[in-house]
Amino acid sequence: MANETMLSLGIDIGSTTAKVVLMEGDRILYEKYERHFSQVRQKTLELLEELRPQLTGKRFTAAISGSAGLGMAEAAGISFVQEVYATGEAVRRYEPDTSVVIELGGEDAKVIFFDHGLDERMNGSCAGGTGAFIDQMAVLLNMSVEEMDQASLTHQRLYPIASRCGVFAKSDIQPLLNQGASKADVAASIYQAVVNQTIAGLAQGRKIEGKVMFLGGPLYYCKGLRQRFQQTLKLDDAHAIFPEYARFAVAAGACLYAAHSGESYTIDSITDAIRSSIGKGAAQTNRLRPLFETEADYEAFRLRHSQATVAVEDIARYSNCYSGRAWLGVDCGSTTTKLVLISEDKRILYSYYASNQGNPVERVRAELEKIYALCGDRITICGSAATGYGEDLIRSAFRVDEGLVETIAHYTAARHFRPDVDFILDIGGQDIKCFKIRGGAIDSIMLNEACSSGCGSFIETFARSMGKSVAEFAECGLRAKAPVDLGTRCTVFMNSSVKQSQKDGATIEDISAGLSVSVVKNALYKVIRANSPEELGRNIVVQGGTFLNDAVLRAFEMEMGANVIRPSIAGLMGAYGAALHAMRFEQSSLISPEELKNFRHDAKSAVCNGCTNHCHLTVNLFPGGRKFISGNQCQRGAGAAKADLELPNLHAIKREALSSLKGVPGQHGKIGLPLALGMYELAPLWHAIFTKLGFEVVLSKLSTRQTYERGQFSIPSDTACYPAKIMHGHIEELIDAGVERIFYPCLSYNVDEHAGDNHYNCPVVAYYAELLHGNMERLQEVDFMYPYLSVEDPKKLTATLHRYLNEHGFSFKKGEVREAVRAGFAAYHAHMRRVHEAGEAAIDYARKNGKRIMILAGRPYHADPEIGHGIDKLATSLGFVVVSEDSVCHLEPKQDVHVLNQWTYHSRLYRAARYATEHDDTELVQLVSFGCGLDAITTDEVRAILEGAGKLYTQIKIDEITNLGAVRIRLRSLLGALEERGK
Amino acid sequence: MNSDYIPFTQEMKKDYTILVPTMLPMHFRMIMSVLSTYGYKMELLDKSGPEIAATGLKYVHNDTCYPAILVIGQFIHALQTGGHDPNKVALIYFQTGGGCRASNYVSLLRKALAKAGYPQVPVISFSFQGIEKHPGFDIGVKELMAVACAVLYGDLLMTLVNQTKPYEVEAGAAQACADKWTQRLGHELGTNSKTALSRLKRNYRAILKDFAAIERVARDTVRVGVVGEIFVKYSPLGNNNLEDFLVREGAEVEVPGLLDFLLYCVYNNVLDYKLYKRISFAAYLGASIAWKYLLHCKHVMINCINEQGVFRAPTPFEHTITLARDCLGIGAKMGEGWLLTSEMLELAESGAENIVCTQPFGCLPNHICGKGMMKPIKDRNPNVNIVAIDYDAGATRVNQENRLKLMLANARRIQQEKREAQQSASA
Repeated sequence: MANETMLSLGIDIGSTTAKVVLMEGDRILYEKYERHFSQVRQKTLELLEELRPQLTGKRFTAAISGSAGLGMAEAAGISFVQEVYATGEAVRRYEPDTSVVIELGGEDAKVIFFDHGLDERMNGSCAGGTGAFIDQMAVLLNMSVEEMDQASLTHQRLYPIASRCGVFAKSDIQPLLNQGASKADVAASIYQAVVNQTIAGLAQGRKIEGKVMFLGGPLYYCKGLRQRFQQTLKLDDAHAIFPEYARFAVAAGACLYAAHSGESYTIDSITDAIRSSIGKGAAQTNRLRPLFETEADYEAFRLRHSQATVAVEDIARYSNCYSGRAWLGVDCGSTTTKLVLISEDKRILYSYYASNQGNPVERVRAELEKIYALCGDRITICGSAATGYGEDLIRSAFRVDEGLVETIAHYTAARHFRPDVDFILDIGGQDIKCFKIRGGAIDSIMLNEACSSGCGSFIETFARSMGKSVAEFAECGLRAKAPVDLGTRCTVFMNSSVKQSQKDGATIEDISAGLSVSVVKNALYKVIRANSPEELGRNIVVQGGTFLNDAVLRAFEMEMGANVIRPSIAGLMGAYGAALHAMRFEQSSLISPEELKNFRHDAKSAVCNGCTNHCHLTVNLFPGGRKFISGNQCQRGAGAAKADLELPNLHAIKREALSSLKGVPGQHGKIGLPLALGMYELAPLWHAIFTKLGFEVVLSKLSTRQTYERGQFSIPSDTACYPAKIMHGHIEELIDAGVERIFYPCLSYNVDEHAGDNHYNCPVVAYYAELLHGNMERLQEVDFMYPYLSVEDPKKLTATLHRYLNEHGFSFKKGEVREAVRAGFAAYHAHMRRVHEAGEAAIDYARKNGKRIMILAGRPYHADPEIGHGIDKLATSLGFVVVSEDSVCHLEPKQDVHVLNQWTYHSRLYRAARYATEHDDTELVQLVSFGCGLDAITTDEVRAILEGAGKLYTQIKIDEITNLGAVRIRLRSLLGALEERGK
Repeated sequence: MNSDYIPFTQEMKKDYTILVPTMLPMHFRMIMSVLSTYGYKMELLDKSGPEIAATGLKYVHNDTCYPAILVIGQFIHALQTGGHDPNKVALIYFQTGGGCRASNYVSLLRKALAKAGYPQVPVISFSFQGIEKHPGFDIGVKELMAVACAVLYGDLLMTLVNQTKPYEVEAGAAQACADKWTQRLGHELGTNSKTALSRLKRNYRAILKDFAAIERVARDTVRVGVVGEIFVKYSPLGNNNLEDFLVREGAEVEVPGLLDFLLYCVYNNVLDYKLYKRISFAAYLGASIAWKYLLHCKHVMINCINEQGVFRAPTPFEHTITLARDCLGIGAKMGEGWLLTSEMLELAESGAENIVCTQPFGCLPNHICGKGMMKPIKDRNPNVNIVAIDYDAGATRVNQENRLKLMLANARRIQQEKREAQQSASA
């Protein structure tokens, strides 16, 4: 080969950075790594210009790689090589003895296995968030990425953080920060979440071992992340390779590819090709109507909204305008802290609205200091109230008089503003809250779930990444000519849609407007699920910091085709409502100015030993021995009175019933039953059958977080529900316990309760055993029995089980099996009867003692402490008697519903909902596991049953997210609304 | 199930237009011609574009599967913009029973219609199980036979287009040939339902001859099979024109036919009897007869293709069934169930080792039978190269195409390695 053709150029354009490498044969002559801020083609040209001196007069081959390089390569007609493939090429060439490559990029995570057949994998669509996620988290911590990395190295402990995706992780991180966890610990926990996500999502059962190479920008820069990977995978320094060229592996692979398949270029021909490609290529982004057609439209809009104001008498500006009594409201939200001080006539004396910068206590302290200075002797604070995520923390830190749930705070403010308000929509940093008001009371509450969250804070993070303030960014959107359509699913998807639109040449104006439209559509179609303004009400008040953004407000009005009211203090409504609520106090217990001077805040971590759950606690210590404990699932950790925990709780009763099933030694040895999915219902049946047949039954224990972690390495589908994923841990546990067999049958049909059109199991419950068999190699260590059986009646079960057992090498007589099955059904029915009786007894208890009843409805396995995250205990601590759907459904007949009522578990939901509608003291809260496709159908139907009878519908979506902050708000909102209604 | 749905009456049959959603254009066009001869006025909805998903998202729970969002979106969009009199229009939707949530599409459609202000529009639920009764839409055995023939013809045309398109000299020749036949066969089935096996055979041969006559050149392609949830597997609207993308990237696409899905449905009924004795003996007998007849029809097709010897014939379904057994029990019958696993194995066996497994985001059965079976399939066939692609209103095309490109790059590498191995073996 001639010397000249030995030069090759690799260009790697990832989602956030551009990399170029120039190679001569195998030798790297030049490399460069820069962020491209979505200006893909311009940045590539810049990088090439820097190379010009080395390339002038020479010919070289070239290839482009990377997710953002695809469009450019096509438009410019330059060879393209897929980036994972390119990495594979590079590693095979330079480190042929590598076993596994883990590469993290801005948006994608990749794992390549080299041993035993090449296997290249990329993360699925619902696992976004690697480099970009780390960037976002740094913003949340108010640190640079470098600072966050440094901090992580000094961590003391790791918090469990949901690793399903960035949005879910954020739901765990935000409350940690608000509750005072140290940034070092949070930073390291964030890295651990990335590690878990990569391993669980990509390894999918294949072991990561041997020589492991770590590539990509985040793994090159973040030492803390490297450390977490190395420790999690138990790799010593000889087996964890962090090469110098970690950032350039893809570009180097592109060079190698170019060397044999790329075309030949000169510096001029390649820059010409790229330059001429600008503006070419099919745009893949859809465009929407502009927010304002003309300047006059905007003026009219502004004028209309300038009328909704609150009188302000700013004591910071006019030093001696007001003297007398005042009340303080603090709204410590997920990302922002708000304070409002109001006068006797409800005018605003002082207000504050700012990001809490990862330390809300410090924000409030500084503001209080200012307020005290401004008040001097003239103004006396007579009462104070706190609301928001950080309510409890702020209350105990500053001895705030009362705490109230944010929904009530918002309603109080909106009602003051507009007494006849009948619909309130509040879009904050993280949450969307909507309430319908009927007859002066909250009629229904809708709150967003993780998958429709991150609204306001997403706009903020994005604005910052574009170097703009939120206000400037919003301003841009108003002028957009053709807003981009960014979809609605979640912010992870939105993030990649934004990137896509940038590649298609969308302007910042179009993106800003597009984001506003998406936030609104999210609220309308995912949270409220409304189609017309009439459904919402006549007097709509919108509020929350996100609505300060005129683009969002306009998008909402356009989408609904109705005008709404936005108070000028939209962002302060929570704090204002809290202040209004505090007006009932005459004398405040608030921390005094003197005490404030000596205010100190220390946080330390501890483990609760109140029960077997061993929650990790964060203990916040304040002067005067005040402390605030967080991280606890139930109130026991926070030192609550035990009495509340003793309220009847069907979930606890069911757990105890299942845990009490013990095996007796038998001639056929030990058989393990994994206590997960359908086993939560049928354990008594199988336990009795196998005991009778002479097996020693070993039931796995109730799940913990460790159960999940133990089995997460063999989960093939990361979007399956948590109750299914946790099954892997139960199997591991049983194998480790030394059982000879494990039994988990395939059941297309469940027990027929004659309460529906059919009695199916859901596909996951029905066939998960097949997946376990296919993906858990360790099952080969035992005899895994997963026959297709029918539990519809004893006869069918006898027939199918007898046939299976004898085909499986046993020799049971049909009569023996029949006897066992009879005993099994007797045990099962006795169990269900006990559940029903316990349900009725709990209801009796509640009625005798004047307690509210909560039907915590879901599936049988939602009673599991890890899957249900202790929500049942939280509910009892709030004063509810908790019953389950299967303990009350027998009180109602089969329901006529608008969907195919064909799943046994689901038909119970409809009956339980009916029960709730017939009793004033009973509420239904539906637990829904993330990823449960069937619940997309049941939730609408359950809601229709409840709301049709004027009841409140509360849905709680659960996954591996452990923090109960959002759940608390939901349940307390329910309680608050009930109390309001009761007035 | 609520019993207060609006039935499609004899009265309505006279002047109502029935809107039909698109899945497989060729198959559906022929099916429609068949039905139109029985006096039904039908219209195939072929509108695509972002407004379809946007409309669906507005009226259907956003966590529902993507196919439901698209199909319902397509219906409502047509009602809103298609110039139909909402009092003279009905919708038809194919309903499969079973434990998958897809069995609820008709309920969801009705809810969406009510929400969108068209509660009066009747929805004809068309199912083999006869889940609902619609007096004005009475499909007898004769009509069903003609529909089955349309499916058979459609499958043959689809197979031939796929095998011809990447190699055609004149771009569009294969599709043009298929379109010509779609029209002719639709007319033939429509005018007097000629479904005799001898006629099928004659038509098969004529089609094969026509396709063989299309001028082709040898091109270096990789064979890529497409499997998955039935709607996103077949519908270009659902899968962002997956087949076109693959052909552009130099692949020869292989998609198992619709008949296999019908056979799968029928066989599940047979199995339900054998495994659980859940259906009556009469129903079992009916299912067994349908099963044998359809199997035979497929055999005739396979024989015709082999006899001509130009194109690759599909796998006999009896064999397809046996393939999954190694990986999972064929009692797994929700959604596409064991068929999905079988089809992947069938493709691998027939040499199309590169597979795109398509599914709507969060598809429950595919957790088990799609993604859940990839490891066992790879354990048995180390060369198999599968990529799972999720389709969803929020998923970006770039992400999908990037993953497809990875699969294609590996496909070419494996092909290259095989060739080198063969060369060194023969050298």
